[in-house]
Amino acid sequence: MPVLTILIALPFVGAAIIGLLPRRRPEVVFPVAIGVSVAPLAVAIYLLAEYSLDGTTFQFFENYVLSERFGIAWELAIDGISLFMVVLTAVLFPLAIAASASVRDKLKTYMILMLVLEGAVLGVFLALDLLVFFAFFEIVLIPMYLLISMWGSDRRAYAALKFVVFTAIGSAFLLVGIIVLGILAGDAVGATSSFDWRVMLSMDISESTQMWLFAGFGIAFAIKVPLFPFHTWLPDAHTEAPTAGSVILAGVLLKMGAYGLLRFNLSLFPDASVDLAPVLAVLGVIGIIYGAAAAIVQPDIKRLVAYSSVSHMGFIILGIFAFTSQSLQGSVFQMISHGLTTGALFLLIGMIYDRTHTRAISDYGGLAKQMPVYAGIFLFSAFASAGLPGLSGFVGEFTILVGSYLTLPVLTIIAGLGVILAAVYLLWAYERVFTGPLNPKLEGLKDLSFRELAIMVPLVVLIIGLGVYPKPVMDRIQPSVEQIIDRLEGASDYQVPEFGRLTDVESVVGVGHEGGGG
Amino acid sequence: MIALAVTTSWYMMLAAALFSIGVAGVLMRRNALVMFMSIELMLNSVNLTFVAVGSDLGLIEGHVAALFVIVVAAAEVTVGLAIIVAVFRKRASADADQLAELRG
Amino acid sequence: MTDLIWLVVAIPLVGAAVNLFLGKRIGEPLSGWIGFGAVAASFLIAVEPMLGFFAGDSEPSTHFLFSWIPVLGVNAELLWDPLSALLTMIVTGVGALIHLYSIGYMHGDERFPRFFSYLNLFIASMLILVLAANYAVMFVGWELVGLSSYLLISFWFTKPTAAAAGKKAFIVNRIGDWGFLVAMMLIFAAFGTFDFDIIFGTAPGVLSVTMATAITLLLFVAAAGKSAQLPLYIWLPDAMEGPTPVSALIHAATMVTAGVFMMARSAVLFELAPVSGGIVATIGAATALLAAVIAVSQRDIKRVLAYSTISQLGYMVLGVGVGAYTAGVFHLTTHAFFKALLFLGAGSVIHAMSGEQDMAKMGGLRKKMPITFFTMGAAWLAISGIFPFSGFWSKDEILAATFAQGGAWYLLWGIGIVVAVLTAFYMTRLFVLTFLGKPRWDADAHPHESPASMTIPLIVLGAFTVSFGLVNTPFRLSFEHFLEPSFHGIPHVEGLTNVLITSLASVTLVVAIAGIVVAWRRYRVDELPVEVGGWWDRALVGFGVDDLYGRWIVAPGRRASELASRADAVVLDGAAHGIATGVRSAGEALKPVQSGRVRTYAGILAVAAVALVVVTVLVGGGF
Repeated sequence: MPVLTILIALPFVGAAIIGLLPRRRPEVVFPVAIGVSVAPLAVAIYLLAEYSLDGTTFQFFENYVLSERFGIAWELAIDGISLFMVVLTAVLFPLAIAASASVRDKLKTYMILMLVLEGAVLGVFLALDLLVFFAFFEIVLIPMYLLISMWGSDRRAYAALKFVVFTAIGSAFLLVGIIVLGILAGDAVGATSSFDWRVMLSMDISESTQMWLFAGFGIAFAIKVPLFPFHTWLPDAHTEAPTAGSVILAGVLLKMGAYGLLRFNLSLFPDASVDLAPVLAVLGVIGIIYGAAAAIVQPDIKRLVAYSSVSHMGFIILGIFAFTSQSLQGSVFQMISHGLTTGALFLLIGMIYDRTHTRAISDYGGLAKQMPVYAGIFLFSAFASAGLPGLSGFVGEFTILVGSYLTLPVLTIIAGLGVILAAVYLLWAYERVFTGPLNPKLEGLKDLSFRELAIMVPLVVLIIGLGVYPKPVMDRIQPSVEQIIDRLEGASDYQVPEFGRLTDVESVVGVGHEGGGG
Repeated sequence: MIALAVTTSWYMMLAAALFSIGVAGVLMRRNALVMFMSIELMLNSVNLTFVAVGSDLGLIEGHVAALFVIVVAAAEVTVGLAIIVAVFRKRASADADQLAELRG
Repeated sequence: MTDLIWLVVAIPLVGAAVNLFLGKRIGEPLSGWIGFGAVAASFLIAVEPMLGFFAGDSEPSTHFLFSWIPVLGVNAELLWDPLSALLTMIVTGVGALIHLYSIGYMHGDERFPRFFSYLNLFIASMLILVLAANYAVMFVGWELVGLSSYLLISFWFTKPTAAAAGKKAFIVNRIGDWGFLVAMMLIFAAFGTFDFDIIFGTAPGVLSVTMATAITLLLFVAAAGKSAQLPLYIWLPDAMEGPTPVSALIHAATMVTAGVFMMARSAVLFELAPVSGGIVATIGAATALLAAVIAVSQRDIKRVLAYSTISQLGYMVLGVGVGAYTAGVFHLTTHAFFKALLFLGAGSVIHAMSGEQDMAKMGGLRKKMPITFFTMGAAWLAISGIFPFSGFWSKDEILAATFAQGGAWYLLWGIGIVVAVLTAFYMTRLFVLTFLGKPRWDADAHPHESPASMTIPLIVLGAFTVSFGLVNTPFRLSFEHFLEPSFHGIPHVEGLTNVLITSLASVTLVVAIAGIVVAWRRYRVDELPVEVGGWWDRALVGFGVDDLYGRWIVAPGRRASELASRADAVVLDGAAHGIATGVRSAGEALKPVQSGRVRTYAGILAVAAVALVVVTVLVGGGF
C-alpha cells in the first residue's frame, strides 16, 4: 500500500471535500476541516508505530517513474529525520486549524488553503526526487502567501509580498542548482538528466562545482531557516500572519530550510560543506545572539516570539555544521522541540489576541490574576522555549551545545550565552504582560475555553514527554544522522573527533574544522 | 491550353504580396476593424504558402497546417470582433491609437 | 530500602502535581497537609538508608532509573552516598518543618494550595540536584530549583517588586548556569561522559592542570550564581520579596547552599586545580566581609538575614576553597538549621506584627512571643559562634583550616575573624532591637505568639541548632567519618594540632563575645543611636552595587538590543528595500517603451522580423 502517497494525498482530498461542502451550511466547514486534518495525523502515527528500528534509514519506499528520459520519479521514502518532521506537521496542522475558530471571513477558502499547505509540506519532507521536492517547496508558497495576505493583520500585504519575494529569490538559486545537478546526474547514468537523490549521492562532484551548488542550495535554505542576515522577512511574516499561519510558519516551514540543509547540502556536497561550515556556523551563532538581543526590546509580543525563532534556529544551524553525531541529533531534536514550543507560544498569543485585538506588550499587565490558567500555560511554554531542563527545549539545546563544543569550541561558548538572553526576553515579557496590578482594560476577560485548553494540552504533554523521555525519538533519529556523518567522513577528508580525548585546554586550539579544511 | 505553367513561385509571390499588403494595412490604418481585416489577409497569405508548398512537395502536412490556421483564425476572429464590438460600445470609436490604457 | 530512593524524589513531585491540578478543590488546609505529608514521607523513606552510613555498614550506590539522552550517554541515575544522604535529610527534614510552618503562615492566602504545589516542586527539584549521579541530572535539579525559586519569589505577583525580584533571581542564576553549561561541555569533551564515578575516578590521571582549572572556575561561576557570591550575589536580598517560609527554605537553608554542595561534590576536580581553590577562597572571604558590613546597616529584619546568609555562604565557599570540604558541608548543615530558624522566627515576628519588617518599629517582643524569643535566641548565639552552639564548631573548623594553610592564607583567616566580629555584632543588633528594650510598635499592632504549627518547627530547629555542632567536634569527628566515603581520596587539611585548634577556637570565641558586648552596649539602651547619613546610608543600599549593574550592564545591554532591533529595520531591511527600489527604478526607466499603441508594437515587430531575415541571409548565407 502506498502509504506515503496516501499521506500526501489526504490533505488535498480533504481540501476537495471542503470545496464541495454546500455554501448554505457554513457552520459545518470548521468541524469538517478539523476532521479531515486529523486523517494525516492518523497515518503519521501509523508510520511512527511501524517505523522499524533495525537501522534501515529509508523505509516505506515508493517509486513511480514519471519520465524515464529526464529521470523524474515520484519517489518517496521516510527516514528518522523526515519521520519526525512529518509527525510534527501532522500534529501542528489540526491544532492550528482548531485555533482558527475566530476566522469568519471566507472560512471555506481559508480551510482549503490550510489543507493544501499541509499536503505540500508533507510532500517536501517525503520527496526524494529533487524536482518533486522543488515542486512541493514552491507550492507551499502559494497558500502561505494567500493566508497572510487575506487573513493577516494591518501590514499583511507588505509582509506577504516580502515573504514571497525573499523565498522566491532563494528558490531561483535552488532551481538552477537542481537543474545543474540533475544534468550532472544524467551524465552519470546515461540519460538526459536524473533528479534521483540516491543517484546523486553516488556521484563524485568536483570541489569547485560543489561550492557553487552548495551556494545555490544553501541560499534557498538559509532564507527559509532563516539564517542571519536573511531573516528580516520572518518577523514581518510571523507578526502579520493569522495565528494558524504563524504556527505553521514557525513550527513547520522554517524546518524545511534546516531539513534541506541536512538532506541535500550535507549529503550531496560533503567537501563544500566541510569548507563552508565555519561560515554557516558563525552566521548561526550571530543569529542566536542577534535574534535574542533584538527580541528583548520588541514592543510587540508576537514579534518578540518571532525574533526568538531566529535565535533558536541559530542553534539548529550551529548543531548541523558542527558535524558531530551528537550535535546533529541535537539539531534534529531541536527542530521538533522548537516546532512545539514556538507553536505553543504563537497559539497562546493568538488566543489572547482574539480577546483583546492588541499585540502590544504595553497594553497588558497583571493578566495572571484575570486568566490564571492561560498565564500558567504561557509561563510553561516560555520556560520550555528558554530551555528549562525536563522540557523538550533543553534536550535539543543541551545536546547541540555539548556536541558542538568539540569542533567549534569558541562559537559554542558564545552560543551558550543565548541561554541567558532567552531567559531575559521571555521573563521580562512575562513580567510586563502577566504580573503587577491588573490593567483595568483587561477586566472581564474569560480564561481559556474548553476548546482552547484542548488545543494546548497535547502540546504541553508532548513538551514534557520529549523533555523527560526523549529516547524513543533519539533512537530513531540516530541511524539517519550517523548516515550523514558517514557520508561526510567517506566523501571528504573530514574526521569526526572523538569525545573523551580532550583533556587539556591547549589542545582545543587546532581541533576540529575551525582552523579550516578539517 | 496555354502553355503557361503556374509554378509554385507564382503562388509564393502572390502570398508575399498579400502578406505585405496586410502588414502595411496593420501599420497604417488606425481603425481596429480594418487592422483586423489586414491580419486576416496575412493569415490567408500564409495559408496560401502552406497549401502551395504542400502540393509542390506532395506532403499532406501543408494542408493540415492550413486547416489549423483557418480554425484558429476563426476562433481568433470571434474573440477579436467581440472585443472590438465591446470597445466600440463603450467608446463609440474603434481607433487603435486611442486604446492605450495599458501603456507603462 | 535504598532501592526506593527514587520515591524520595517522586513523592514530592506527585504532591506538587496534586496541589497544582486539584488544589482548588482540595482547599485549605488539606492541601497544606498533603504538601507536608509528601515531604515528610520522603524524609521517612530516606532515614533508614541514611542510618546505614552512620553505622558504617552501607556502601554508596547508584540507582538507574531510565536512559535520558542516549546520544550523550546520560541516564537518569541517582547516587546515594553520605553526602547526598545528608543533603536529602536536610532538604526533606527542614523542608517538612517549613511546610508545617507554612500551613500556619500562609493561612488565608487565596492561592494557598498553589503555594504548597510550588514548595513541593522545589523539594523535588532540590532532591534531584543532590541525588544526581551525573552532572547532567544535577543540572536538571540546578535549573528546576531556579524555576521554583522564581515561582516562589514572585508568588505575590501582583506586587511589581515581587515579580521583578523573581525575574532578577532567575536571570542572575542563568548567568551562573552558563558557567555550568560550559563546564559540562569541557567535561564531556574531556571524559565523554557526565557520570560522577567515571569522572572522579579517572580525572587525576587524565586531566591537565589548565583543563581542571578551567572546569572548576566555570563550576564556580555557577556556584557563585546559586550561592550568591561576588559578583552575582545581588539577587538574594531582593529575593526576600517572597513569603518568609520561602526565604527560610530556599534562600537560607537549601537552594543557596547548592553551589557549595556542587563544589564539594566536585572536590576531586578542585583538588587538581590549586589556583581555582585560591580564587574560590578569596571570593568567598570577600563576599563574607562585604555582606557582613552591609548587614550591619540594614533596618529590615529580613534583609539583615539575607545579607547574613550571603556572608555565611561566603564562609562555606571559603571552606571549600581551602580544601576543607567536610568543614564547608558541616557549616552548610548547621547553617541550614540556625538560619532556617532565624528566618522562621523573623517570619513569626512579622506575622505577629501584621507585616511590619522594620526593626525600628519592634522591640520588647520578648514577653509577647516567648517561644519565638527563646528559639531565636539560640540561633542568635549559634550564628554568632558562641560555645557550644552549632555555629561555633562549624565556623571554627573553616577558620582553622584556612589558618593551617599558612602564608598568604593568614589574610583570609584575618578576614574570617573580622567577619566573625561583625556577625556577632549585627545579630546582636537584630536580636536586641527586636525582642528587648521598650516596645516601639504602632498603637494598632497587637503582637501575639504564633500558632502551634509555626512554633513546633521553631522548637525542633532550635533543638538542632543547640546540639548539632556536637556531632563534629575536634575531639569526636563523627560527621567527618560519616562523610568519608563521599570524599574518598581527598587529602585532609594538615597541620592542625589540638593545641592550635584550641587556641584558634579561643580567638574566634573571644572576638564573637566582643562583638556581642559592643552591640549590646550600643543597642540595649532606651534611646536608640541614630543610624542615618554618610556611611549608614551608603551601606543601607548595599553600596549602590545594584545601580552599578544597572548603569554598566543593564543599560548598555538594552541599548545594544535597541541597536540590534534598529539595525534590522534600517541596515538589513534597508538593503532588501534598496534592492527592491533598484529593480523598480530599472522598470521605471524602461516604461516608455510600452507606449500602449498597438501600431507601434506592430511596427517594431515588423522591423524586427525584417531585420531577422536580413541578418539570417547575411550571416547564414541564404536559406
